[in-house]
Amino acid sequence: MHRVVITGAGTINPLAQDVTGTYAAFKEGRCGIGLLDIRDKDRLSIKIGGQVLNWNSEAHFSRKEIVLYDKYTQFALLAARQAIAQSGLSFNGNLGYEAGVILGTAGGGVNTWDENYRVVYEEGKNRVHPFVVPKLMNNAAASHVAIAYNIKGPSYTVATACASSNHAMGQAFMMIKAGQSRVIVTGGSESMLCFGGIKAWEGLRVMSKDACRPFSLNRNGMVQGEGAAIFVFEDYGHARARGANVLAEVIGFSMTSDASDIVVPSMKGAARAIAGALKSAKLNPEDVGYINAHGTATAVNDKTECAAISNVFGYHADKLMISSTKSMHGHLIGGTGAVELLACLMALNHGVIAPTIGYDDPDPECALDVVPNVARDAKVDVVLSNAFAFGGMNAVLVLRRKP
Amino acid sequence: MTQSVEKAVMRILAEQAFIDIADVSLDQSLVDLGIDSMGLVESIFAMEEAFDIAIPFNANAPEASSFDISSVATIVAVVKSLIAQKQDA
Repeated sequence: MHRVVITGAGTINPLAQDVTGTYAAFKEGRCGIGLLDIRDKDRLSIKIGGQVLNWNSEAHFSRKEIVLYDKYTQFALLAARQAIAQSGLSFNGNLGYEAGVILGTAGGGVNTWDENYRVVYEEGKNRVHPFVVPKLMNNAAASHVAIAYNIKGPSYTVATACASSNHAMGQAFMMIKAGQSRVIVTGGSESMLCFGGIKAWEGLRVMSKDACRPFSLNRNGMVQGEGAAIFVFEDYGHARARGANVLAEVIGFSMTSDASDIVVPSMKGAARAIAGALKSAKLNPEDVGYINAHGTATAVNDKTECAAISNVFGYHADKLMISSTKSMHGHLIGGTGAVELLACLMALNHGVIAPTIGYDDPDPECALDVVPNVARDAKVDVVLSNAFAFGGMNAVLVLRRKP
Repeated sequence: MTQSVEKAVMRILAEQAFIDIADVSLDQSLVDLGIDSMGLVESIFAMEEAFDIAIPFNANAPEASSFDISSVATIVAVVKSLIAQKQDA
C-alpha cells in the first residue's frame, strides 16, 4: 500500500479565481452568492446563485481553444493550471505514461446543451456548430486536462451528482494507494447556471430564493453555484524523493449507496459512509477535529447529516467542528466536493476553520458546533469531507496534516 | 367554473395517489390520500400547468408560503385564489 499526498491545488469559484483568494474569503466569511446575471433571468423564479463573475475566457485561452471549451471545461483547465504549476511536476517524460486525470462532474457541458437547444428549438435553425458533441460530453474537461499536460495514463470522469468530486478524488486516492499510478490530477467542475440549468431545478422546490443557511432553523433550501477545484494527488514516496511541497495527506475514503430514495437522503447510508471513512483511515472518532459538511441548507439534508454524524461520533460529536462552506460559495453540484476540500486544507495548514455563514437560529435537530458566521482559529490534525448526493450516493474523504 | 376547478384539482390528486376520483374528498389530507413529498411536487407541477398559475411552495419551509397543503379543500382554495389573482392582473 502506498501513501497518498496532495502536492498542488487550484480553483475558480464564486469567491475567488485562485486558492489564496478563496482562503481569504473563507476567513472573512464573505458571501459569493448574489443576483444572477444570465440570459432570460426574468423567466426564472430563482433569482440568486453563486456565479463566477468577471469571467474572461479570452484572458486565459486562445480563440481556437475557446471554440472547444464549454465553461465547465474552462474552469477545470484554469484550476488544473494552478494545481500542476504548484506541484512543479512535468508529464513530458515517463511520468506522463502512468499519470491520470480523474474528474467529477454532474452535468458536463450544460451551457453548451442549453445554447444549442436554443439554436434548434427556439431559433428554429437547422444546423449547429460542428464541435457541439466534443464540447458538451461529460469527459470533455478530463480529456482537455490530459491533452494540455500530456497525461497518458488512466483517465476518466465520474458522475454521482453532488458527490461527483468526492468520488473522483476517492478513486484517485485508491489508484495511487494500490500502486497503479504515482500521480493523478483530480477534483471536479460544474457550470450549469444557465436558464435551462436553473429551470430544471426549480420544479423540485428545494431551492432558496434568498440565501443559503445551512443548519439554521430558518433555512429554506439550496443555492446553486458554479466553479472547479483541481488537485495533484501523488504517491508520497515519489513526492518526497523530489522534495515536493506537500499540502496534506489523504488517509481514508469510503463510498456507500443508500438504496433508499432517489432524492431523500438516508441517515443510515450517510452514517455508513462516515464510519467507513474512519475505518479506512484506521481512526477513532476522537481523532477527528473538523468535518466539512455536505450542508446544502435543505431541511432534510442538514438534519439527516447531523443525525448521521451524531450516530457515528457519539459523545465526541459535541467536540467536533462542522461547517458548510456552501453558505459562501453555493452548491457547486459536481464540483462542490473539490472546492470544499480547500476548506479542509485551510483547516490543516492555516489553523482556521471556515464558518457556516447566514446562520440565524439554532435548530434542535442540528445541535452541533457548526462554526456559525465567524471563522475560527483552531488546530486540527484530521479532517473529513462529506458528500451525500441525489440517488443516495455518498462519499467521504479523510485528510491528515502533512507528514 | 368554480366546480370545474375543484374537480380538476381532485382529478390531479387522484391521479398522483393512483386512486379513483370518487375516493377523493375535500377534507382529506395528502397523507390520507397517500401522496408523499415527490407526489406533492408533481401535483403542484400538474396544477400549475393546468391553470397556468405559479404556486408558491418551498419543500424546505412548507408552512412559510401561502400554499396551505393541509387538505384537498385548502389546496382548492389557494388554486382558486391564484387563478382569480391572475385574472385580475
